[in-house]
Amino acid sequence: MSRIKEKFSELDAKNEKALISYIMAGFPNEKTTLSAVKGLVKGGADIIELGFPFSDPLADGPVIQNASTISLEKGTKIEKFFKLVRKIRKLTDTPLVLMTYTNILYKMGYSKFISEAKKAGIDGFILPDMSIEESKDYLNAAKGKTDTIFLISPNTSIERIKKIANASSGFLYLVAVYGTTGVKSGIKNYTIKAIKETRKQTKGKVPVGVGFGVSTPKDVKRYVSAGADAVIVGSAFLKIIENTPQNKIEQKIGSFTKSLKKETKY
Amino acid sequence: MKYPKSGRFGEFGGKYIPETLVPAVQELEENYLKFKNDKKFKKELDYYLKQYAGRPTPLYYAKNLSEKIGGAKIYLKREDLLHGGAHKINNTLGQALLAKKMNKKRIIAETGAGQHGVATAMACAALGMKAEVYMGYKDTIRQKLNVFRMNMLGSKVHPVKSGSKTLKDAINEAIRDWITNVENTYYLLGSAVGPHPYPVMVRDFQSVIGEEIKSQMKKLNNKTPDSVIACVGGGSNAIGTFYPLVDTNAEIIGVEAAGKGLKSGFHSATLSAGTKGVLHGMMTYLLQDKEGQITETHSISAGLDYPGVGPEHSYLKDQKRVKYHSATDTEVIDAFLLLTRTEGIIPALESAHAIAEAVKVARKHKKSESIVVTLSGRGDKDVEEVQNYLNKNVKD
Ligand SMILES: Cc1ncc(COP(=O)(O)O)c(C=O)c1O
Repeated sequence: MSRIKEKFSELDAKNEKALISYIMAGFPNEKTTLSAVKGLVKGGADIIELGFPFSDPLADGPVIQNASTISLEKGTKIEKFFKLVRKIRKLTDTPLVLMTYTNILYKMGYSKFISEAKKAGIDGFILPDMSIEESKDYLNAAKGKTDTIFLISPNTSIERIKKIANASSGFLYLVAVYGTTGVKSGIKNYTIKAIKETRKQTKGKVPVGVGFGVSTPKDVKRYVSAGADAVIVGSAFLKIIENTPQNKIEQKIGSFTKSLKKETKY
Repeated sequence: MKYPKSGRFGEFGGKYIPETLVPAVQELEENYLKFKNDKKFKKELDYYLKQYAGRPTPLYYAKNLSEKIGGAKIYLKREDLLHGGAHKINNTLGQALLAKKMNKKRIIAETGAGQHGVATAMACAALGMKAEVYMGYKDTIRQKLNVFRMNMLGSKVHPVKSGSKTLKDAINEAIRDWITNVENTYYLLGSAVGPHPYPVMVRDFQSVIGEEIKSQMKKLNNKTPDSVIACVGGGSNAIGTFYPLVDTNAEIIGVEAAGKGLKSGFHSATLSAGTKGVLHGMMTYLLQDKEGQITETHSISAGLDYPGVGPEHSYLKDQKRVKYHSATDTEVIDAFLLLTRTEGIIPALESAHAIAEAVKVARKHKKSESIVVTLSGRGDKDVEEVQNYLNKNVKD
């Protein structure tokens, strides 16, 4: 069983939903990433998504764009990133998901990249520009190695939800809003409807995680009560990292994580 | 490769897009397939192309230039004479009309040099619509007259300050806008790039160039051209020129921007120096580093300053049907001045890349042979850039 799957069944047994946190690796440097990871683990994050920067992050809003640019400027490279993952693996058993863009895997070759990532300790992938139609080679490469987490959106047809859910392992990522990643205020009715429809289609075969624009404990609570199996928070963490001195990161991230995690228990 | 249903030209192309855009791209494809053979749509587009944009454009025998070089006969396909001064209007009229049929109220576009932005703003004004145009911040400064033009035409320009602040970032930002406003927005993409069906659709709208060349050459010489040359940025004027002629015996050459030289690292010659990758929804040749990060490009012509290329060109390159060469900034300036002085035609710097190649090819060919060069745009927008270049190089 994959680490992610195990995590979901473990939470299930405790009547908890998953809190998934996203941070950008190497933003603004490796040391900060490690401190942030410690904070996330202490605060109770169930799964950690690590962003690997891409020069052209077209599904991301200003916060993650900026983090990508800085991470790249600071010299984040694939080999260095895998080293960082190994360090994180020594600290924690928390499932680690790598979020980046298709070209990063494509360039090295899906198989090679996925094998190396797996060896370093990565449990799954999220590629926002990988559509199901183009995913054959990627899926073959990941088979039996890592989970493949696909995204759906509130405008995805029922037929496609089924198809995409079938190709997804670990969890299915429901994009909450029409838009890019980023901190947004307010919860839309169409998102709540989409959560319900998606769960109806997936029939519990794969957990449904809701992300994009989720930033407060209140958001987490609302999505959990609407039926989400997991809630994903990203830009809000990056904002804390942006505004906190290095020696306070672990503690700040820890207490924010705790406040979010509280809302996943019911 | 008539209409690639799979969205692929060989292994190239496809739809690497965020899921939110899938319904929009499907809707676009359905409507494009419906309207492309619709008599009324075709008639309406034809009307605008003729009466508004000025088609057909002449195929002009550049006698002075040909004689000066002393080789094959050079013919110029005068897309520079179109309304707006470039081939871009062929595509923007087609897509704007399609958007109107699709009842889309909001049009967005990206632009590099501003030529596609201006052509979008014109087509939208003519059809009673408004556009919002994303333009790299650097380009809004380099090409500020085009910013004024777009504003006057009733379109809004959004300067893009992310990434390298040029065309690729403008495309990123337009895609982000599209993701956010997907329900009412039409993305009017300016070259034969992006996810399927854009590369095919833009090629089809630009193919009027090659179709006219074919019939004009037949009238003039009763044969197809021996060589055909066009410059390649994203590749829309080139694919429009080449596509109707790939089944003939013509030698076909696309010309990329070699900037300061292919080995200098300062160029935009994607097909000559790139590797396969995925960007802006397509699998194609890209300028990227070993890890898949897209690298910055350089060209004296802003319109060729793009690290990707249309997927059909990648296919034609690998099939060896089309040769892709390149011209350096210096060669381009020489070609710009040569055409200006011999023929009294000021070419766009983009088009001057094709002229530079034509000069080389003409020298190697017999007088009885004919070369057609697509002059994709006029160079009024570039005279300041050229003058600056000349001043600088006199000083150096
Ligand atoms: C005059 C002219 N030619 C060529 C190009 C390059 O575009 P494409 O390769 O799509 O024809 C541009 C782009 O701005 C242009 O303005």
